[in-house]
Amino acid sequence: MATARNPAALVRPLVTPEGVDLRVKLADAGTRASGFLLDVVIIVVAAVAVSLVAIFGLGGLGVKDAEPLFIVWIIFIFLLRNVYFIAFEAGRRAATPGKRMVGVRVASRSGAGLSLDQVIARNLMREIEVFLPLSILAARGSAGVADTLSTIFGLVWALLFSLFPLFNRDRLRIGDLLAGTWVVEAPKVALLEDLSLRKNPVATRFQFSAAQLDAYGIAELHKLEEVLRRDDYFAMKAVAETIGRKIGAKVEPVDSRAFLTAYYGELRAHLERKLLLGNRKADKYAR
Amino acid sequence: MTLPAGTDAVRQSLASFRQEREADWKAFEALLARVEKRAPRALSEDELLSLPLLYRSALSSLSVARATSLDSALVAYLEALCLRGYFYLYGARRSLRTRIGDFFLHDWPAAIRDLWREVWASVALTVIGAIAGYWLVASDKRWYDAIIAPSLAGGRNPDSSAEMLRSVLYGGGDHFLSGFAAYLFTHNTQVSILAFALGFAFAVPSVLIILMNGCMLGAIFQIYAAKGLGFELGGWLSIHGTTELFAIAIAGAAGMRIGTSIAFPGELTRMAAASRAGRVAATAMVGVVVMLLFAGLLEGIGRQTITSDIARYSIGGGMLALWISYFYLFRMVRHGNG
Repeated sequence: MATARNPAALVRPLVTPEGVDLRVKLADAGTRASGFLLDVVIIVVAAVAVSLVAIFGLGGLGVKDAEPLFIVWIIFIFLLRNVYFIAFEAGRRAATPGKRMVGVRVASRSGAGLSLDQVIARNLMREIEVFLPLSILAARGSAGVADTLSTIFGLVWALLFSLFPLFNRDRLRIGDLLAGTWVVEAPKVALLEDLSLRKNPVATRFQFSAAQLDAYGIAELHKLEEVLRRDDYFAMKAVAETIGRKIGAKVEPVDSRAFLTAYYGELRAHLERKLLLGNRKADKYAR
Repeated sequence: MTLPAGTDAVRQSLASFRQEREADWKAFEALLARVEKRAPRALSEDELLSLPLLYRSALSSLSVARATSLDSALVAYLEALCLRGYFYLYGARRSLRTRIGDFFLHDWPAAIRDLWREVWASVALTVIGAIAGYWLVASDKRWYDAIIAPSLAGGRNPDSSAEMLRSVLYGGGDHFLSGFAAYLFTHNTQVSILAFALGFAFAVPSVLIILMNGCMLGAIFQIYAAKGLGFELGGWLSIHGTTELFAIAIAGAAGMRIGTSIAFPGELTRMAAASRAGRVAATAMVGVVVMLLFAGLLEGIGRQTITSDIARYSIGGGMLALWISYFYLFRMVRHGNG
């Protein structure tokens, strides 16, 4: 389980024909589980709604006239379960509503376009991974013949397949494995403001020497950016104290935001200048 | 001033980099949002032509930003934007209509032809299963209950009278008949999805499911043949059964293909072999569902209304001939980039 601690383990190269590596990030198991649960909720709600309409339809029409309705109902429930995933994943965004909500999509492992047969293969396998053991359990339970052994067998079966993504490097389900697909993160990221352009009247008070700017590297700069964007008073106060101690500057708690903004701007400009001159100072230990 | 000169100049040029390109990124984002929601037809010709240009400009911005900027929010934004653009532009989207057309004209028969060896094995297994089922029930009729679930038997068992069995074959006017046909359709589809999906366990479950299916056929046949109704049952079954059994055999074949390519991947890696087999098999499986839909229609409409044995046999035989010629004889010549 290296990935929970080390997010870089989930990054895979994806080189476009233009020669740029887009570094796709695989969706982690938790994201995928929540996407799937959202889909299940949507399917169940739709099924219940349609069933209610069907039941009231049966009541209103009498059993004989309602027969066509009954057929439509059977076919609809079947389609709902089997076609929901295929239709949405074959669409332009290659994601079911649940996947879209958590910001992931299906992609071909080869980097080529996702084809229809891949989508079908990965979703038909879902039938044995999840729906088969659960529907057998439900059927036996409702018939009152669910003994302990078969219940345990069904649950172990479902667990084995749903935990399968945790046991391989690329987080593949059995269906992904057979279809040659994987699930990658495709979030919609908004363009945020550039922090170094932030004007703060107090910030101009702070001046830093080259030695003070050499105290940190790019990794620390990005952490600092995170803290500033989160804009949490206590976090900024703690970080400002730590930096002040390290570079030997006295910072009043009320000024910590202004101090950090000023230090971020100067540090970034300093490191970007080094970058242009060919020195990528990865972190504070690098020279 | 202890700072080296030029820090401000760097900051200035990076700020103007963002200022100058930002309009292009926003335009690309807006276009993407539109084409992801609606068909590309919604765009004007100019917008359509600008899409790849904007994509390449975003990619180049990403390269520049990665090399010179340390604003991680900016890089994250550009990465997400380029990835969206890449998936859209290189997704090689064909319209739904051409996809469906290709499937029926080319992909489906080609997949079945590709599976010919497995289809033969699957048909042979069905026949072996049928012979075994017949023989088992003939030797001891208690086998019948073990082979066929009571819910599917519909009251037919070795102790039923000849009249009762005959009435199932020729009786009509059942209220929930078509409901029952729809139920059978979903049941058969699930059996075939199982035969396909369990194939990855080295094809063993697929073989067992196909054998079991043959066994049920043989068992039913035995109780009718024992009452001298074998020929009539053949007619009753064949009107939809040729299509249905063929479909289930193909599903088993698709499962076997996956299982055997995982067990014997040849020169490919096991993963690559599995994913190649999975794609052929999935195409065949969609065809199976279409065939089962046909079988369900034939069953719901034809089985109880057409009661002449000759007509039943000719419809069943005709359907089988139709499928075989569609899969193995019909080849669409494709011009251009086929």
